[in-house]
Amino acid sequence: MTVAADTRAPAPAPAPRNRRTGTLARSRRREAIALVMPSLIPILVLSVAPLVMGLALAFTDARLVRHPDYGFAGVDNFTKLLGNTFFWDSLRIGLIWTVGVTVLQLAASMGLALLLNSGLRLQGLTRVLALIPWAMPPVVVAIMWQMIYSANGGPLNAVLGSVGLPGDINWLGDFSTALPAVIVVGVWVGMPQTTVTLLAGLQQIPQDLHEAASVDGAGAWRRFTAVTWPSLRPIIASITSLNFIWNFNSFSLVYVLTAGGPGGKTMVPVLFIYLEAFKNRNIGYAAAMGLVLVIIVVALLAVYLRSQFRDDRAGQGR
Amino acid sequence: MRALLRPAQYLALAAYILFLGFPLLWLISASVKSSGELNSLSVNLLPRQWHWDNYADALDRQGLVHSAGNSLVVALVSTALVILIALPASYVLARLKGRIRAAGVGWILTSQVFPVVLVILPLFLILRTLGLADSLAGLTLVHTTYTLPFALWMLQGYVTAIPVDLEEAGAMDGAGRWTVLRRIVFPLLAPGIVATAMFSFVSSWNEFFFALVLLQSPENYTLPITLNMFIGGEGKVALGPLAAGAVLAAIPSIVFFTILRRRLTSGLMAGAVKG
Repeated sequence: MTVAADTRAPAPAPAPRNRRTGTLARSRRREAIALVMPSLIPILVLSVAPLVMGLALAFTDARLVRHPDYGFAGVDNFTKLLGNTFFWDSLRIGLIWTVGVTVLQLAASMGLALLLNSGLRLQGLTRVLALIPWAMPPVVVAIMWQMIYSANGGPLNAVLGSVGLPGDINWLGDFSTALPAVIVVGVWVGMPQTTVTLLAGLQQIPQDLHEAASVDGAGAWRRFTAVTWPSLRPIIASITSLNFIWNFNSFSLVYVLTAGGPGGKTMVPVLFIYLEAFKNRNIGYAAAMGLVLVIIVVALLAVYLRSQFRDDRAGQGR
Repeated sequence: MRALLRPAQYLALAAYILFLGFPLLWLISASVKSSGELNSLSVNLLPRQWHWDNYADALDRQGLVHSAGNSLVVALVSTALVILIALPASYVLARLKGRIRAAGVGWILTSQVFPVVLVILPLFLILRTLGLADSLAGLTLVHTTYTLPFALWMLQGYVTAIPVDLEEAGAMDGAGRWTVLRRIVFPLLAPGIVATAMFSFVSSWNEFFFALVLLQSPENYTLPITLNMFIGGEGKVALGPLAAGAVLAAIPSIVFFTILRRRLTSGLMAGAVKG
């Protein structure tokens, strides 16, 4: 959730000067290790070890059975994957979902943050409301939106119908509307955090920058592009990267909303891999998919962050 | 132009409030509607007749109360474990410099981008080997482990805020490290510990993915899993009780997060904002 390295670390305490500094340092290190150990053990066993195993499994033909008897499969999984059009389809859907949610989240949150920062009333109410989606269990969020989207007496269709638009759309069940409908829910869930972070950033921009721009005759839009956006750049870069990763890896919402349907139109890759592993029981193959996925995400992220970095350097020349 | 700005802003704000708040209102409204009204095609925000039976019905379903109990146990125990093991480690992270701290912070940040898909398969195999696969104990350990990074991050922030001078004064008076921790550091950390505990509780209470993969026996299901079962498996869904169950499941999280609002937003975002 927090991204940057901690800049709040206090100045180092002056080390007590005595001749036995050496033993003191050593005993401090032993102490430190003893204090860290209880955290280290579960982390090593339940998150580092599985990560390493996951990488290794990708090169085996392991299946999910009681007594696994499997062997090294080399790159077989990966060559098999090349011809698996369903996997590449899910990757395409996953990218539409991820980019769609991330971009709309940023746009909507930016709008809300600007509004909240402009001294309107109802700020308290909006802030509490904005945090609720974040707090709710994903399953409850999904149930709630299924009711909103329902083709039988759902409020969305009722409102559309009452203004003369087609009011009988099966939002989550129709091939063309399912993915956009799911994306809207993703935006709803992710908005609070992005809004709160952007708002915090907005409040750090010195007021006189805006005033100076105003005096120079800059309109609202010009002030936004010349002052607000550049000042928020570092925050936007970090929150966009994090949102991208979270959205790409998010599972529960789509799983409960549509389970990948209709006809695989919302089958995001994480869901696809889950089904391959736990329904088709092909663990090795699923792990290979996971590995490919990680590589793609890291590569995309690297490209994005690099472009940000390059722009920053160019910007310093001005 | 100027005169139009404010009304336009309020209009936009109203649209946001509608977007953010309406789904929740609709859920609550559905939870107090009769099944007749829910199945009819009429669409009212306020129920024609307030029908509280849905809540009794929801609680009457064996699975729901039992799985809420499971969720409560898992969330409470993993919260206690998280605090117990994160507290000493976060102290080290905040107070020590050098490689240990760098490695710790590096790992905390990396863990935020953990590809859970890649981890979940071997995690399942490891827990099965340990005999913990389909058990609340196993799920508790997993929740503990995966809440740890964020809890460590939160707590080390709170430790950093305590002036080192206070500890040195204690040490000067002849108190050992442990006494300093117990008498000076922990009491000052209390609000941070409470905030971290609430966050950890909510994470576990809401968690769906690990529970879905690791739990197979219905008697071990947590609340999110049981709620999900009600949507799919039961043929004709009883919408009223489902909505009531969903409202009940959301209450603890919303209450805790509303209390936590300030701390979560101010303290935690500081890192991201300063970046």
